[in-house]
Amino acid sequence: MNREPFYKRYFKLLTKPAARISLGVILAFGFVAGIVFWGGFNTGMQATNQEEFCIGCHEMKNNVYEEYKSTIHYNNRSGVRAICSDCHVPKDWTAKMIRKIQASKEVWGKITGKIDTRDKFLSHRREMADREWARMKANDSQECRNCHNFEFMDFSEQSSRAARIHQTALRGDDKTPATGETCIDCHKGIAHQLPEMHGVEGW
Amino acid sequence: MKYLNMSMKKVIAFTMATLFTGLVSASEMGGLSSLRSDELKLSIESPAVALKKVRESDTLLKRDFIQQPPLIPHAIRGYDTNKNVNSCLRCHSWKNASKWGATRISVTHFTDRNEKQLADVAPRRYFCVQCHVPQADAKPLKENKFEPVDSLK
Repeated sequence: MNREPFYKRYFKLLTKPAARISLGVILAFGFVAGIVFWGGFNTGMQATNQEEFCIGCHEMKNNVYEEYKSTIHYNNRSGVRAICSDCHVPKDWTAKMIRKIQASKEVWGKITGKIDTRDKFLSHRREMADREWARMKANDSQECRNCHNFEFMDFSEQSSRAARIHQTALRGDDKTPATGETCIDCHKGIAHQLPEMHGVEGW
Repeated sequence: MKYLNMSMKKVIAFTMATLFTGLVSASEMGGLSSLRSDELKLSIESPAVALKKVRESDTLLKRDFIQQPPLIPHAIRGYDTNKNVNSCLRCHSWKNASKWGATRISVTHFTDRNEKQLADVAPRRYFCVQCHVPQADAKPLKENKFEPVDSLK
């Protein structure tokens, strides 16, 4: 009778070379399993990037989503939209994985009910906003630039006020050097209401 | 006796109310027309007028009288003015105006109602759009002959 504990048996099974299965079968199986798991993984990544997923929780639906609904990224003349993940989840694979793993902290917040009432949400708004601003500042507002690219901005189509400020930020003028500012430095609170702004740079 | 009085009063009040309601509905049924004309009937919805575009201008908009608060020559969609933040002051405060090339708010905005000088915008001047408004290219609803004074022409 085999009296070994089960983990030892499984360890042996996993470490011993297969005696009866050909290498071809193992490779074929691995290939298929790879497609299934990788595909499933990416499907999961994509599913958690859907707007429906984000507003599945009342914390998002009743606070930030409601505010976003009146802004230009939700509703505009041409119907091109930016949903939650377009701004809040990077497109680049590595950055996306890092952000997704960080988001597990948000799952913990959901379980413990950190912002499950309006008052709690408001009292944490500045903290959450600060974190998101810092993230966008650090990656040069990459999520904005995925759509709004300086290279392809037609300044002549902008109001002269906007054109002047954008050009100064981009390459400076005869008096001022390029400011090196990134989108989020000026465009805060474009999709959600602003928190208490005391002490925020430039405000 | 007191209780009886109370209940009698109630009965009388109820009867009066019922009678009055009956009278009013009878007059409505009686084909009397109201002063409100048919075009203004509450049941008829007039088509909504198209929204006007906000007038964007690089230069200051002309004032029509001396005391007129300067007009806002740009759109202000999504600008918050609340307990947390005043989006106008993002550019128009004394601290930030030179960076953006924006007009600074007037010094008169720093005094309270007792003419006491304050260090920051007075609470009574905090809500910008109470006086300063953007403009749309809208025709006057009623023709008028208003003309600005000579010094503003």
